[in-house]
Amino acid sequence: MKAPLLLDSSFEAERYELHAAPVYHFDLARRDFFKVLGSGVVVLLLIEEVAAQESGGGRRRGGFGQRRPQELGAWLHIGEDGQVTVFTGKVEVGQNIRTSLTQVVAEELRVPISSIRLTMADTELTPYDAGTFGSRTTPDMAAQLRKVSATAREVLIDLAAALWQADRKSLAATSGKIVHSETKQSVGFGELTSGRKLTKTVADNTTPAVEWKVAGTPVPKIDGRDFVTGKHKYTPDVQVPGMQHGKVLRPAAFGATLASLDAKPAEAMPGVTVVRDGEFVGVTAPNEHLAAQAIAAIRAEWKTAPQISDSELFDHLKGKSADVQRSGDSIAQKPDSSEDKPPAAEHKLQQTYTVAYVAHAPLEPRAAVAEWKEDQLTVWTGTQRPFGVRSELAQAFRIPEERVRVIVPDTGSGYGGKHTGEAAVEAARLARAAQKPVKLVWTREEEFTWAYFRPAGVIEITSSVEDDGTITAWEFHNYNSGGSGIRALYHIPNQKTEFHQAHSPLRQGSYRALASTANHFARESHIDELARLVKLDPLGFRLKNLQDARLRAVLEAAAKTFGWGKNKPSPDHGFGVAGGFEKGAYVATCAEVAVDRVGGTVKVVRVVQAFECGAVLNPDHLKNQNEGAILMGMGGALFEAVRFDNGKILNPRFSRYRVPRFSDSPEIEVVLLDRKDLPSTGAGETPIVGIAPALGNAICDATGVRLRSLPMAPKALKI
Amino acid sequence: MPKVTELHVNGKTLGVDADSERSLLSVLRDDLDLTGAKYGCGEGQCGACTVLIEGTPTHSCLTQVGKVGQKKIITIEGLEQHGRLHPLQEAFLEIGAMQCAYCTAGMVMSGVALLRRTPNPSREDIVRSMEGNICRCGTYPRIIAAIQRAAATSGGAK
Repeated sequence: MKAPLLLDSSFEAERYELHAAPVYHFDLARRDFFKVLGSGVVVLLLIEEVAAQESGGGRRRGGFGQRRPQELGAWLHIGEDGQVTVFTGKVEVGQNIRTSLTQVVAEELRVPISSIRLTMADTELTPYDAGTFGSRTTPDMAAQLRKVSATAREVLIDLAAALWQADRKSLAATSGKIVHSETKQSVGFGELTSGRKLTKTVADNTTPAVEWKVAGTPVPKIDGRDFVTGKHKYTPDVQVPGMQHGKVLRPAAFGATLASLDAKPAEAMPGVTVVRDGEFVGVTAPNEHLAAQAIAAIRAEWKTAPQISDSELFDHLKGKSADVQRSGDSIAQKPDSSEDKPPAAEHKLQQTYTVAYVAHAPLEPRAAVAEWKEDQLTVWTGTQRPFGVRSELAQAFRIPEERVRVIVPDTGSGYGGKHTGEAAVEAARLARAAQKPVKLVWTREEEFTWAYFRPAGVIEITSSVEDDGTITAWEFHNYNSGGSGIRALYHIPNQKTEFHQAHSPLRQGSYRALASTANHFARESHIDELARLVKLDPLGFRLKNLQDARLRAVLEAAAKTFGWGKNKPSPDHGFGVAGGFEKGAYVATCAEVAVDRVGGTVKVVRVVQAFECGAVLNPDHLKNQNEGAILMGMGGALFEAVRFDNGKILNPRFSRYRVPRFSDSPEIEVVLLDRKDLPSTGAGETPIVGIAPALGNAICDATGVRLRSLPMAPKALKI
Repeated sequence: MPKVTELHVNGKTLGVDADSERSLLSVLRDDLDLTGAKYGCGEGQCGACTVLIEGTPTHSCLTQVGKVGQKKIITIEGLEQHGRLHPLQEAFLEIGAMQCAYCTAGMVMSGVALLRRTPNPSREDIVRSMEGNICRCGTYPRIIAAIQRAAATSGGAK
């Protein structure tokens, strides 16, 4: 038997951030390689290689001896007019990194926000980037752009010192100029760099967070006006001359293969092109309506195989997981104590928790516009991995990556659901056949069916607690949902934690915070159960068993603002608390629910969330992320679940898959702990992990009934 | 197949050449390049495609363009007047009532319709009126605040 691998929180990133095999295997001729010409812009700084940086928590990626991906390159250009252009492969999907990254450049370069333009996520213009996921933009890209900008600032000071033959100590950068403190001479950045190509190795001259003037402030969303006026062009809004509209024929069930196809009625339609390439069947037409009619006119028979349904899911995951575990593909954390003797515990508890598959349901569905010009392919698409999608396209069409350009307009959200390039590949295949540019926008039903889901899972916890509230033993097994946030946050002498990979009946992948939501739900629910077992206050019980001062700080802050310990307004109300740590950030959530025992409804009345992710880059956007994550998390906690039967999704529409709406919106207060002494970490994901257990604990407080399956109240609360 | 040859959009009469069965959303977006209204679900469940037809918030994805006739359509592109944003657009910016903002056009149009009907809406009025609009990023509290602010700043006059 192989030794279990040591638990590493980066493990799951590699396992679950994406990974679906290519969907199509096209039968295309191999083409010659040619080089894309360089773009010929003035480069002030060129980062060729950057050493790995540590995030706030000291966590490193690449736990399997891999080198950290070379994703940190960055170019910064200063035009003759003083306009600063920054190139980053990161993608704006609503987390407002276009704003926070602009802030750090403005801070270090000492230029106004308005003179900076970020070019993002264009494989021809921006340096390679592995993707926008894992809450890495702030700890990696923002840190990198700070260094780049600070270095540029120092270079500009050097240039001015040479120009004036002055002591650089008398010079300072301010408002896009270098100013001499004695002579009051000044020269604009554009003037200094004019006509010159300069390169410089980046050194760390960054400004400490306590001295920030622009970073750390609530700068509004960059280009906000374009969004409230409808001017911004998302991928589905992109128009290219001569563009056709595409549709893809979807199989009758997952894994189905074509038995027969009659496309003649579609081929007879004016302006319609039908494409068949292996299992791929699609059409192009001059407009969307005609494309839909053409697809509907195709008669296809599919061979399907029986598949498991949602009613058998959890037995399936556990059963299959056991097989995988025997192959040694599991991760474990050794007990702190090498002795096997049972602890002197007064109470033992064993419970099982489950989480359903949920859908990301980004309001902008997968979409792409593909255009071939000779052998050069350009695709606009909403993806979190522009360079990954470039590779997918290069593989699908067997052409060198240099001939593929992927451009990602600021996108209508992703939540981890847009790591892949299905629509891009499909649109490109259609465009190649039609010999015209093609736009393909997935329908909501396609998005709910042919994307991928947050993994379902089964979690088993066995624990022991002494009468005084000391947790003495902890054994945690996660089947299928993943290893993110799996570690116990509490100081427990005997611990065993394992993640067991399983065969998933549905296509599964990354989702905001990955398995951290499932693992936090199970752990923080179980902790509450232990507190009740020994009749201790759930907050005090947590504080007693933890040693991490940052976790303590968020718990105390949330409890204080919430008014933890106050009396319930009525017996039907309940209070719940949960704490969490993930992706270098700490969260604590207090929730109040009102339960209608007769009607079976749960109303979330109020949520207070305390959040700490080091030095805050933009407090308003950080609050926005917290508020949004609480609301999104309420969906998975209370009512979201993908239902499926024999290879078909049963609820692939918003009318059948309920997502949080206005009426679900509780009173929310977000308390930010701004730790200017600590490096900034990301915040797109961690704010979602606390709400589900806080709600479960509050429901138990109101009713005495412990709910151990997410969603907890898919229709009515079963109590 | 009967054709639609003109539409009254944002105060202008625009020539089109569209099969009457097509959705208003598709004609606005694909033929007139008014892409502010979005496709989100195709079943009237998300509100991203909301436009005003004779002042009534309407799911343009479910509206056949042939049924619109001479009625006046207002899209998000038509709210700005002489370079001045509608107070609700201003309020969205001031409150930061968006993340990815894909839903924003539909939210603003539904909110504008509400403010026209009910110049000083209560929180309950807002929730009831906006329930058909989905923001998957979960910015509902901010959108509620933005509608309240717009009501306050425009003195209920919109």
